[in-house]
Amino acid sequence: MKFLLDSDTWQEIYGSIRKNKTRTIITIIGVLWGVFLLVVLLGAARGMENGFNKLFGDFATNSVFVWTQRTSKPFKGYQKGRRIVLNTNDIKVLKSTYKNEIKLLAPRNQISNLVTHNFKSGTFNVSGDYPVLDQIQKKKLIYGRFLNKNDITTFAKVAVISEDMYKQLFDKNVNPLGAYIKINAINYKVIGVYEPPTTVDFDNDTAYIPFSTFKKVYNTANRIDWMMITANKGVDIELMETNILQTLKSLHDVHPEDKRAFGKANLGKHIGKVTGFLIGMQFLTWFVGVATLIAGVFAIGNILIITVKERTKEIGIRRALGATPKSIRQQIILESVFLTTVAGMLGVIFGAIALFLIDYFFGQGQDAALTNPTVSIPIISIAFILLVVLGTLIGLIPAHMATLIKPIEALREE
Amino acid sequence: MIRIENLHKSYPIGKDSLHVLKGLDLHIKEGEFVSIMGSSGSGKSTLLNIVGLLDSHDEGKYYLNGELIENLNEKKAALLRNKFLGFVFQSFNLISYKTALENVALPLTYKGVARKERLKIAQEYLEKVELGPWANHLPNELSGGQKQRVAIARALVTNPKVVLADEPTGALDSTTTDNVMDLLRDINNEGMTVFVITHEEEVAEQTKRVVRLKDGVIISDELTNTTKAI
Repeated sequence: MKFLLDSDTWQEIYGSIRKNKTRTIITIIGVLWGVFLLVVLLGAARGMENGFNKLFGDFATNSVFVWTQRTSKPFKGYQKGRRIVLNTNDIKVLKSTYKNEIKLLAPRNQISNLVTHNFKSGTFNVSGDYPVLDQIQKKKLIYGRFLNKNDITTFAKVAVISEDMYKQLFDKNVNPLGAYIKINAINYKVIGVYEPPTTVDFDNDTAYIPFSTFKKVYNTANRIDWMMITANKGVDIELMETNILQTLKSLHDVHPEDKRAFGKANLGKHIGKVTGFLIGMQFLTWFVGVATLIAGVFAIGNILIITVKERTKEIGIRRALGATPKSIRQQIILESVFLTTVAGMLGVIFGAIALFLIDYFFGQGQDAALTNPTVSIPIISIAFILLVVLGTLIGLIPAHMATLIKPIEALREE
Repeated sequence: MIRIENLHKSYPIGKDSLHVLKGLDLHIKEGEFVSIMGSSGSGKSTLLNIVGLLDSHDEGKYYLNGELIENLNEKKAALLRNKFLGFVFQSFNLISYKTALENVALPLTYKGVARKERLKIAQEYLEKVELGPWANHLPNELSGGQKQRVAIARALVTNPKVVLADEPTGALDSTTTDNVMDLLRDINNEGMTVFVITHEEEVAEQTKRVVRLKDGVIISDELTNTTKAI
């Protein structure tokens, strides 16, 4: 490796490159293009991934929603078509049975109701929730706060409303906090206004009131309309979903194979599909990028072979003057590696500029196609190592050819 | 310095082989100024290639500086060339993208001399051939005679035992031919063994010993008048 630090070695490389400026530049462009594509494609793929993550971002991605429907099979003497109702006992059972799997469990009751404020009104969803909802589906609050534990225990008549509801029910520039809205003839104090999520959303415009308050006001007793469950890290969400449904079926005397009795939505499943797609994209990106790279490296090998042919005489002279085959070989391999790495560096630089521009033009704002298109340092390092290895391998061919040149034949060539 | 005994060399041409050197015996002592004369096809270039370790011989013995040359691999040949031999070619064979100074310094690179040292030595030799001021010129900025003098400086820079010159004046006009031959004689007078291959009678006359080669055999080997005059 000593020869790498030798200024002569670099002097020689500089000399031979300087001799063929145009050709060297054109050759470099081949590899540059490969690296450029790799960087830009990987960056774009990452941008898409980030975009998807943003889309699902505020939602706990490993969550299941369960609600009830009518049974489709008769069981234990019950007719089919029976309406099932979830209750607070189910929650207790689930929580204790799946202690290790369940991270959060948020029951909810929901109703559609007319909401009025002064002379303005609108029909919106009203849902009784626990503060834990905020953890499953992050609420971005513009004003005030979300429900808290105290609201639950005190049966507080408070509501958190959406921005659109605020706009429909309130005059401009009126502070909604502390104002009262009327739902079903009962006044609720507005304690927070949230921004509608830009991501996946099941709630639309909903007024959130404490679960306990909902229960009292609508006299729901133990009834629960639906529940949201998030799993701990590492838990197979689909398996958990199946198990939970079986447990619920046995609790409510539903036929184990009744597929209609409970409704469910598994966000994890959809995300899995998207993730699979993204992995496929990344694989494609690597494939295209690396293939282009290899093509570029081959071009360098090709050009070096031509260079060796052209420099046959020069190599012959050097040999006559005492150059060993090893020194000739080293020279050419190093030239190959040097060209590939320089091309690689330029490719990374241009790729980064391109990603910057892509981000500038397509990556801004909420609905951007790509979010933060970037390529990480480890990936760049891998690409670089790949380049050096490929450069060395491809350099071996012309280097070997050069050592086969007999000085006598080379010198005879006029 | 160079001792050749019963040297044979043939080249395959298709199925047949061309017998180029047919049993040469030649002994060149240190400090001699020898020219090999012969028309083209006489085998003189082949002889030079073998002496210059650029080619191998088939039969016979070749001693360079007392060392028997046999079974040379490329690496060893390169080292011996670098150590003992200096080459001067008909077509100069300077590397076109290197300056005169760098060209002269090149053999020292392969000897492993540090760059600064190398350029210093090269400069000394360039001045010796009176081309000091042209050190930073590229070969195509020099005249034929100047190029050949650069090549001679390059041949001398490693302080070899023998300078091998293959038609050193073949590409030069008569004035520069004389210049180059004067230079070679000066080098010889300093004690260097010089081995010239030529087909020009005038060139051969300026050396001290002429060996005539015809069809692969030595037909005469005599000292010239130049030698007798001294």
